[in-house]
Order: sequence, then structure tokens, then C-alpha cells
Amino acid sequence: MEESLAITWRRIPERYRLLGTRCITCNGNYFPPRKICPKCRRKGKIENVQFTGKGKIYSFTTIFAPPSGFELEAPYVFAIVELDEGVRVTAQLVDCREEDVKIGSIVRMVFRRIAEDSDEGLLHYGFKFALVR
Amino acid sequence: MTRFGEDWSRGFRDLILEAGVRALEDCGLSGSEIEALYCGTMASGALVGQEHAGALIADFMGLTPIPSTRLEAACASGGVALRQAYVTVASGVHDIVVVGGVEKMTDVPTAEASYALGGAGDQEWELFMGATFPGLYALMARRHMLDYGTTQEQMAAVAVKNHANAAKNKYAQFQNEITIETVMKSKSVASPLKVFDCSPITDGAAVVVLAPLEKAKKICEQPIEIVASEQASDSIALHDRESLTKIKATEIAAKKAFERAKLAPKDIHVAEVHDCFTIAEIMAIEDLGFVKKGMGGKATEDGLTRIGGQVAINTSGGLKGCGHPVGATGVKQAVEITWQLRGKAEGRQVKGAEIGLAHNVGGSGATAVVSIFRKVW
Repeated sequence: MEESLAITWRRIPERYRLLGTRCITCNGNYFPPRKICPKCRRKGKIENVQFTGKGKIYSFTTIFAPPSGFELEAPYVFAIVELDEGVRVTAQLVDCREEDVKIGSIVRMVFRRIAEDSDEGLLHYGFKFALVR
Repeated sequence: MTRFGEDWSRGFRDLILEAGVRALEDCGLSGSEIEALYCGTMASGALVGQEHAGALIADFMGLTPIPSTRLEAACASGGVALRQAYVTVASGVHDIVVVGGVEKMTDVPTAEASYALGGAGDQEWELFMGATFPGLYALMARRHMLDYGTTQEQMAAVAVKNHANAAKNKYAQFQNEITIETVMKSKSVASPLKVFDCSPITDGAAVVVLAPLEKAKKICEQPIEIVASEQASDSIALHDRESLTKIKATEIAAKKAFERAKLAPKDIHVAEVHDCFTIAEIMAIEDLGFVKKGMGGKATEDGLTRIGGQVAINTSGGLKGCGHPVGATGVKQAVEITWQLRGKAEGRQVKGAEIGLAHNVGGSGATAVVSIFRKVW
């Protein structure tokens, strides 16, 4: 389904550069950003935090049957990455085959095109990860 | 319930109507005795363009003007509807309550159905990135394989068992037995999961009728008591969970359900668990406490979950063999357990079954419902 310009626009800080949040009360890091710390709730105090984009593979798969919009990418390696700050995110892995990947492999964030709506439609950008070899 | 499968001849309202008429005939009640209706359906909007399913169903079942409410909790919509009806009867607000579950999934192309189901996850932070539901469960499977040595053949054993059970169920979508080789040689969907590790897209509906126990004993000869029905929630996105190798919401709902029922996992004779993917059944039997954590694959391979084993799991064929019309699944589980406890499960009957359990999961584990049933006549 096509995404509206407003959704794309308001997600730019998070999608383009992994801007997350931190709770000063418990030191918990969150991505995507949360306005309420789920541990401290109203006792928590939230501030923005820029994640480094460095992390390691927590689990991975190769998607052979893609959702619509990702047909040209398939098959693609897809992973949950644990960032150095302790937060986990879901993203594609680029420039690698599944055989190159192990749980624990070191990765870094890269900025890539995620999807495009149609020939004349919006291009959606965001983060993917690459193996640090 | 209706037969599950790809049913081009019937639409959304036809399916729930057929299941509803069968349920009312089974208990011998007339429409005028029904006080309220709850119905689980996950994605009727995306799949058939129909929202406001509560009113629609009351209308076409001829049950207006009773309160009729649709509940949505992804693939746990049916289980949540069952629990909501149970809470309503237990509270004393209503006595005779009908619980339905329905999904009409084959009126749209597979890609559209997949997109609709994707909404069970985190749209902005999983689906946007290219996730699919097989992909999310594949991430769990990979981690389970690493942490506990679970093998692809052990996962395949879940599908083989569930197809064998489905072959004895005339309501099941697939009525053919398969072998480990069938699963292992099927096309990869999201490694390590293959086509035969995945539940299908299905049309179907199921309905049960609830009443206070004393009243139920007067209405029907073989009433089944719901001794507990508990529900838990967790983060919508898989990556935010404490662990990828268990469904914490299942653990919590199961613990509360066993406490309320004053029973333990070893007391259960038959269980319908949420096997949307083979790895999901392996995790379910662990999280429900039937086997030790990490032993789900081996237990399945060793036949402990077959009919006649330690505990019969998914005698209906489960989501894998019987089919998975998402909103109907949680109610279908209650129907199968009822048949088992009544001794009416024909070729797949678990001998002497008196206590049963149903386990329904939404999404990748953000909702879980566990209900325990007992024969009371």
C-alpha cells in the first residue's frame, strides 16, 4: 500500500538516522522513540538520543516470498540487529548472502532506499545494515 | 463450524451464518433466547471491504436487536471473543451468549491477504522494512535452533503430525498425509521455514454458545465447562521482546489459567495450540509447560504430542492442517476441544479425554489467550 507523504515526512529523523529516545530515570534506550518509558511510566523522563548504528546480528532469515513492493529485492537477508546501546531493530542486510551471516556478526547501519510506491510515486528511504568484514 | 478451506461459493456472511445455525441446532436453543453476540474477525475490512461486522452478523443471523460486538486481536481475535463472552457470562450481565469467529480470505489475491495479515505486526517498524509473518517466525526459529539445537526435521515433524490428524477431520482444509520429505523438499519461504512449515490462507467460521453452568446443564446433555480463560499482551514488534525463543504472553496467560483452574499441564489430555508455523507449535508446547523449554522439537519428533502420546496436540489438524481463517481459529479450537471432551471426534478421538486446553496467539506473540475446558456430566 502506498504511504502518504505525511507519514514519510514525520518519520525522517528516525528512519534516516536512527534517532531514538532514552529514559533518564532508568537509563533504558528505546527505538522507535517512545514518549512514555514502559518501565518507569510517569516517573520516567524521556530525552532524544542519537544511536551510533553499530551492532550485531541477533537473528536472521532470507525472505524468498516478499510482501508487495519488495518483489525486486527478493530474496533478501533480513535480520533483528542488537545495537551497541542495547536496543533491537528489524531491518534488511545489504550486500551479503545468508551464508556470510552468523548470529553475532558485527554490522553497521547504512542509509538506503527501502521501497518506492510507483514509477511516479514517493521513494522511501531508511536504514538497512551491512556486515563489517 | 463450517468446513475450512478455499470456498469460492460462500462469502463472509454465509460462512458465519452456517456455523451459527449449526451451533444453535446443536444446543437446541432458538434465536430469541440469545442475549448477546461476540465475533472475532481480524481483517474483514482489508479482505472483503466490510467493517462493522458485529451488526452485520446479528442482522443476517436474525438476532437484532441484541448487542453484537466484533473483537479484533489479529490471529487471536477468536480466542479474545471467546474470553470476552466468558467474562460477560461470568459477570452475570448476560446468560446466553453466542461467540463466533470468521474470516473470508480467498476473495483477494494472496499478496493482498498477506498485506492484511501483516497488520498483526508493527506496520511502521517491521512491515515497512520488508518483514513478512513467515519472516518473523523464521527469526524465532533460527534463534531456537541456535539456543536449543532444534532441527528443521523436528519442525517438519509438527507438520507431518498435524496433516495426519487433519486427514481424519472432515472439517479440515487438508485431508492428506505428508512425510518429512514433503516438508523438507518444499520451497523456502523465509529460511529456515518452507511452504509446509506455514499454515495456509483459509475461509471458514466457527461458533460456540456459552451459558452459566447450571443453565447449560439444563440446556444440553453434554455441557463443557470453561474453567479458566486468561489473556496477556506483549510488545507489538518482535524485536522488543525479552526473548525470541518463547512467547511470553503465552507463558503468562497459561500460568494464570492453570492457577485459576487449579490444574497443571500434566492434567491436560488434549490441546489445540497456535501452530501458525511449525516452530510456533514447538514454542507453544514449551511455553504452556507440556515439555521443558528447548525440548519441544524432540518431543514432537519422539511422538509425545501425537494422539495416544503424552498429550494430544492439535487433533483437529491445527492451523497447519485444518486451516487458519484467522478470526475463526480461536473459536474453532474451542469447538474441537468440545468434540473431544464429548467423545465425538470420530477417527481422531483421544480416549478418555476429560480436560482440554486451547491456546490462541495474535501476531508474533503480542496477544495470547489460554482457555481450559472440562467435561462436567
